[in-house]
Amino acid sequence: MKRKNKSLLPVIAFVILSGLLVDANTALGQAPGQRPRVVLPPIPIKGDTTHTLTKHFIQASNIKKEPDANGFIQRWLLLEPVRKEIARNNILTEKYLRATFSADNFSTDFIVVPKDGKKVKVGGEELKWYALESKTYNFNLYHFTYAINKPPYGVLFWLVTVINCPEEIKNVRMAAGVNSGGMFWLNGKEALILSGDRDMIVDNVTSPLLTLKKGKNIIRGAVINGPGMCNFAVRFLDEKGLPVKNFSISYE
Amino acid sequence: MIHAIRENLSPNRMMIEGDFHGCAPECPTTACRRVATKINYHHMQRMKIIGLTALLAVLITQTTIAQIGKPFIHDPSTVIECDGKYYTFGTGGGGLISEDGWKWNGGGVRPGGGAAPDAMKIGDRYLVTYGATGGSSNHKGAILTMWNKTLDPTSPDFKYTEPVVVATSDGYEENDAIDPGLMMDPTTGRLWLTYGTYFGFIRIVELDPKTGERVKGNEHVDVAIVCEAAVLAYHDGWYYLLATHGSCCDGSNSTYNIVVGRSKNVTGPFVDNVGRDMLQGGGKMVAATSGRLIGPGHFGQMVIEDGIEKMSFHYEADLDQGGLSVLGIRPLLWKNGWPVAGDNVKEGTYEIESERRGYALELNVDLVRMPVARGWNRNPNDPVNPVPSQELKDVIPTWPTGNIDARIGDYMARPNQKWTITAAPDSSGYLGAPYYKIVIAETDRALAATADARVITVPAFTGAPEQLWRIEQLTDGTYRIMPKVVPNSKEKLALVSSGDSTPALAKFDVNSDNSKWNFKAP
Repeated sequence: MKRKNKSLLPVIAFVILSGLLVDANTALGQAPGQRPRVVLPPIPIKGDTTHTLTKHFIQASNIKKEPDANGFIQRWLLLEPVRKEIARNNILTEKYLRATFSADNFSTDFIVVPKDGKKVKVGGEELKWYALESKTYNFNLYHFTYAINKPPYGVLFWLVTVINCPEEIKNVRMAAGVNSGGMFWLNGKEALILSGDRDMIVDNVTSPLLTLKKGKNIIRGAVINGPGMCNFAVRFLDEKGLPVKNFSISYE
Repeated sequence: MIHAIRENLSPNRMMIEGDFHGCAPECPTTACRRVATKINYHHMQRMKIIGLTALLAVLITQTTIAQIGKPFIHDPSTVIECDGKYYTFGTGGGGLISEDGWKWNGGGVRPGGGAAPDAMKIGDRYLVTYGATGGSSNHKGAILTMWNKTLDPTSPDFKYTEPVVVATSDGYEENDAIDPGLMMDPTTGRLWLTYGTYFGFIRIVELDPKTGERVKGNEHVDVAIVCEAAVLAYHDGWYYLLATHGSCCDGSNSTYNIVVGRSKNVTGPFVDNVGRDMLQGGGKMVAATSGRLIGPGHFGQMVIEDGIEKMSFHYEADLDQGGLSVLGIRPLLWKNGWPVAGDNVKEGTYEIESERRGYALELNVDLVRMPVARGWNRNPNDPVNPVPSQELKDVIPTWPTGNIDARIGDYMARPNQKWTITAAPDSSGYLGAPYYKIVIAETDRALAATADARVITVPAFTGAPEQLWRIEQLTDGTYRIMPKVVPNSKEKLALVSSGDSTPALAKFDVNSDNSKWNFKAP
């Protein structure tokens, strides 16, 4: 039974379904059994539960950083989440995403690079930028919200990173996976959109062929999620589908 | 997981022995479809007019049916056989029982509540596992196991042992301990349990097959993300991790689908067909929505015998059954080293092609020639018009009216080579499929087995068991065709090509193309 939807909805569905098993046995084939009773044994806490960024992230620095061995971009500027009311992720249609990312944008200048630690107002909330590096290939935004003690569900994240290319790289595709919806821009132009209730699957959506110019290239991203563990992974692929790695990543 | 059941064929393989009988009364829902087909059929018999082929094609819809009876369940455990009956347990407690594997009703008993159980036979006992929660908002969860000597709740031996906890999630770690799946490694005899959901990782732990408890000191291994209902399977030197992606519990809007990755190691890494690790969300599709059956999930593998495997699961919604979640059972195929859901033969009209030579099963009647036109020595300005296909009315007066032997011959798309296949009117079936009647298209002339292991056609279908056929898709995608009974015989025989042109009934040989058939558009 899917627990992707982390709100109360699946729990409610579970209870309703279980109730139906009891109350509507004439309609359902499965015998009633017992009413579901959640009787959990004592479960000791197994690890560190403090709210700290260093468990899953590294504070970004000026030390030169390249993509990981598979080309994934691990250094990002992240804005604290914008709160959104999202009961189910299947509302994340393309129309919804475009409207939401337009309405709750921190800046209409898509090549602006925010400053680490600075605050910006979005949707009436004052939110702070963090420059972080993920310890894994993907960027787990659930961990980010836990670390900064913010609500993990019903969230919109803005992301920015800077790709520094020693030379022009033609015919590459941006490739992304998100849980659950998102959109990415390269140098101010839309690169790809991930609509619907998506799982964070590597290379789930790829952009048309792009050119990474010599010098700085600005990637902006927006990732949105209702219930579930919010997450994303981004890299560039060459024409053969192999990861592009000959660039460095900065946050300014 | 390899479940099964009655007997070990070898230390590594188990078999469900067929005792496939059962003439259960029709369920209302399926009966509607069946009656509709029957009415259509008799209506056409009366009409006997030109153009019936087209009409038949319209009236006989190629339906895909999940299971009949009251197969309503969510998160089913792998279907398992116990003392001649089939069982599956679901979320919330309880489960389904079937006498024949095709018609299902409630009656299964599984205490403990919780969700998404799994079950397998180990030795002479049954190990049942389940999640204490269906996934809680705080992600605290526990997986429990318990034993029973039988799954039959009416048996005096029916008594579950006290459940024991084998895995937990504390609400903070990257795992939610629900959706357990069992797999006995046929190469080592070690018992593995997978569990987890979208919150963090799918994990594998090892259990003691003698006690059902966690092996002391065993540490979990993370093997996948963004999926749930994961379970291991072993095939031909590979370990496969089958898991469910997409969303559940939203009826016909659920996007559930079953995917797979594989590894040479039981604990992974499990990689899909394009090289993506399941820890990166990878997975190759095994089963997706099919027609009006929406959102398959919670895979379980059943190895019936060499060359025949099936998968049990649930559809999130059967649009023909109120959009309720239902038990699904489909053939399991292996193509290029990957599992994929096969299909029961759909009702319709087909050429039945022998895998041996590619010839077609046909009525043994004389060829009736069609008009001949040649493409040479003709006036290039002459008009080119379509030639009508030969139709039943063109040839049936030349056919004998009594029994006619079956034969195998070059396929020429003639009326004596087109077979209409429909589910048996009595709703009888075997594991995952109905018995079928096979008649020459637009007629009631039915394929039948004889006591001397021949294959004939009788002028009219009577419903006799030798006129009912068990059609099962093999793991290579071809089909086995067996009569429900061979008159005066207890042998299980299959339709074979004893020669290129001679059909017969003989023991099925999975390694011989003589025993295999294909159903092709006529």
